[in-house]
Amino acid sequence: MEIYRAHVLVCKGTGCTASGSEPVIEAFQKEIEKRGLGKEVKVVQTGCLGLCELGPNVLIYPEGSYYCRVKPEDIPEIVEEHLIKGRIVERLLYKEHATEEKMRALTDINFYKHQKRIALRNCGIINPEVIEEYIANDGYMALAKVLTKMTPQEVIDEVTKSGLRGRGGGGFPTGKKWQFAKDAPGDVKYVVCNADEGDPGAFMDRSILEGDPHSVLEAMAIAGYAIGAQEGYIYVRAEYPIAVKRLEIAINQARERGLLGKNILGTGFNFDIFLRLGSGAFVCGEETALLASIEGRRGEPRPRPPFPALQGLWGKPTLINNVETYANIPPIILNGADWFASIGTERSKGTKVFAIGGKINNTGLVEIPMGTTLREVIFEIGGGIPNGKKFKAVQTGGPSGGCIPASLLDMPIEYDTLTQAGSMMGSGGMIVMDEDNCMVDIAKFFLTFTQDESCGKCPPCRIGTKRMLEILERITNGEGKEGDIELLENLAKSIKDSALCGLGQTAPNPVLSTIRYFRDEYEAHIKEKRCPAGACKALIKYEVDPQKCKGCGLCVKVCPVGAISGERRQPHVIDKEKCIKCNSCFDRCPFGAIVKK
Amino acid sequence: MGVIKSIEELEKIREQAKDLINLRKDNENKTRIVVGMGTCGISAGARQVLLAILDEIKKRNLTDVIVTETGCIGLCKFEPLIDVIKPGQPKVTYVNLDPDKARQIVAKHIVNNQIIEEWVIPNI
Repeated sequence: MEIYRAHVLVCKGTGCTASGSEPVIEAFQKEIEKRGLGKEVKVVQTGCLGLCELGPNVLIYPEGSYYCRVKPEDIPEIVEEHLIKGRIVERLLYKEHATEEKMRALTDINFYKHQKRIALRNCGIINPEVIEEYIANDGYMALAKVLTKMTPQEVIDEVTKSGLRGRGGGGFPTGKKWQFAKDAPGDVKYVVCNADEGDPGAFMDRSILEGDPHSVLEAMAIAGYAIGAQEGYIYVRAEYPIAVKRLEIAINQARERGLLGKNILGTGFNFDIFLRLGSGAFVCGEETALLASIEGRRGEPRPRPPFPALQGLWGKPTLINNVETYANIPPIILNGADWFASIGTERSKGTKVFAIGGKINNTGLVEIPMGTTLREVIFEIGGGIPNGKKFKAVQTGGPSGGCIPASLLDMPIEYDTLTQAGSMMGSGGMIVMDEDNCMVDIAKFFLTFTQDESCGKCPPCRIGTKRMLEILERITNGEGKEGDIELLENLAKSIKDSALCGLGQTAPNPVLSTIRYFRDEYEAHIKEKRCPAGACKALIKYEVDPQKCKGCGLCVKVCPVGAISGERRQPHVIDKEKCIKCNSCFDRCPFGAIVKK
Repeated sequence: MGVIKSIEELEKIREQAKDLINLRKDNENKTRIVVGMGTCGISAGARQVLLAILDEIKKRNLTDVIVTETGCIGLCKFEPLIDVIKPGQPKVTYVNLDPDKARQIVAKHIVNNQIIEEWVIPNI
C-alpha cells in the first residue's frame, strides 16, 4: 500500500462540480506529475463539504488547510508554495465573514466548529467511488456486526432505543416503523429508500448520496435483515445525475466484494439493491405515490391505512425510509443506541442536516445536534444576514413548512417545537429572509409550487390550492378584498382536513404561518394597496423626489411608455396611470431622484 | 479484490485500508516532522532529506507520523534542518542533515525515542 505525505481533497459534489471542480482536479494531477510529486501527494475526489457557495472547495491534509473558490490557474502556486515549501497560500484561504480572519484549518471555522457530523461523517473525507475508503472508515462493520452478533429483533430494539425519527419530514419513530414491517405477515418484503428529495432548495440527501452512497446501501441491508427482506429499491430523482452515477458505482463495487447479493460475508443472508429513477414529480416523494411510481403506475397517493409497512410495493410489506434516516443507522449500530440518544433533546434525538439558503452569508449544508437554537444556526454558523440587512423570518420545512419570525429565534430546533410554532422540521431546508422579502409574496411562491405539483387526484388539493393561489395573486396585484384573509384561513383549514396526502395537507402551511406572524403585511396589501417590503411589483409606486431631481431629462429618454414629463431643469413628474414599473428610470437616474414606494 | 467471505476478512481489509484515509483524521495526536523547504533548504538538499524520511517511514510502516514542510526560518547555514514534534514533548530541531542522518533520526528518535544529541541545533 502506497503511503503519501499529503492528500489533496477536491469536492466533486454537484455544487462544486457546477462551479468547476473537474478542471481543478485535472490541473492538480498534471502539476503534481510535472513537479515529480506523484508518489508523495495524492489527489482525491470527495463528497460535499457543505460550504457550497464557496466552491470549488479544496482541503489539503495533514494540515487540514481549507481553500475556497479555487481555479485551475491557482494550482501551480498551491503546488509550489503549499505542497513543496509548506507555505499556506493565504489569499485562497477561507475568510471568516465577521472578522475577516483567514482560517487555516477546517476545524477552526465557525461553520464547522458547531457541527456534529454523523449522517455526513464521510462526506468530504472519503472518495465515494472507492469502496476501500468506506471500509477503512468502519464501513460495512455495522452490517457485519448485525449479521454475526445480533438477531433481527435486537437490531430493531437498538434502533427504537436510539430515538431516531424519520428525517424525510414526517418524524415518525424509525424503530416503530421497522417493527411494523417485521411483524407484518408474509415471506416477501421490500426495503425502499426515498431519495426523491423534492423540496426546492434542499440538498441534504443529494450530498449523502453523492458523498457517501455506501452508507445508504449498508443501512438498507441492515434493514432487510431486521425485517426479513431480500430486495431493496432506491428511488432517486433523475435530476441528480451525479448521485445516480455514484450509486451505480457503489452498488457494483458492493456486489463485486460480496457485500450485496447472495450469502453476504458467508452468513447465508441475501440482499440486493436496485435503482429506480424518478421523473420530476414532487408528489412522488410521498411514500404511496413513490411506490406506485416504482410499480410503473402514475405517481398518485392512496388512502392509508393500510400503511406501506403492511401493504406496500406490489402489495407486500414494505419499509420505506428517507436517505438521511438510513445514513444514521450504521453509526447507531456501531456506537450504540445510548450514544445516539445522548445527543439532541428529550423527544428529538441525534442530529439533523440542514440546507441553509436565502439571505445568509454562509450558504450550504450543516449537520447540528437537535436542540440547537435558530439564532445559533443563522448567526453563528450561517454568518448572519449579508449587506447589513435585518433578519425577518426563516422558512423551515420547505413548501410544507412555515416561517418563524425574529421573536422566536431562540427556539430550540426540534420536531415538536417547530410544529407548535406553525412550521415543521420537514426534510431540513432553511430559507432565510430579510427586510426586503414580502411575506405575502413568499407564501405565493410556495403555494405556486405545490399547486403546480398537485397530482390532481383529490378535489381539496386540486381545486382548493388553486383557489387559494388565485386569492394570493389578487392580493399581490393590488386587487385584495376585505375578507380575503378570513377566506384564506377557511380554505386552508378545509384543505388540511380533507386532502388525501401530505402535499395537499401541508400546502396551506406557508399561507397560514405568514398570516399568523405577518398579518399586518396582508392587511397593508389589501387595505392600503401597499407592499411594506417593496417587493410586489404591482404595488410599487414610482415617484420623482422634487428635492433631488435636477430636471436633466435622462429618465424621460429611457421611459418606454412616455410616462415622465417636465421642463428642463425643473423637477419632473411620473404619470402613475401610464407607468408600467419597468424600473428603467430608477436604474438611469444619476441623482437617485426616483423613489419606489 | 474478490468477494469478502467473512467478517474476519472484512476486518483485515479495514486494517490495510486505513492508510488510505489515515492522513485525513486525528492529526493532532500524531508525531510531526517539519522539513525546512525554503530556497536555502532546497538548495542545500532538503528535498533528498524529505524523500529519505518518507522512504524510511514507508519501510517501517509508521502510520502515526505526518510530514510537512515549512519555509526558511532564518538559520540558512544550518539547512537542511528538520523539527521533530512528538505530542506532549518539546520540539527538537536537527540541523545540517543529509539523507543518511535523516534515516537514522527516524530509526532512533521517532521509533525508539532516543534523541541524537550531536545533530541537535547548538545553543547559538
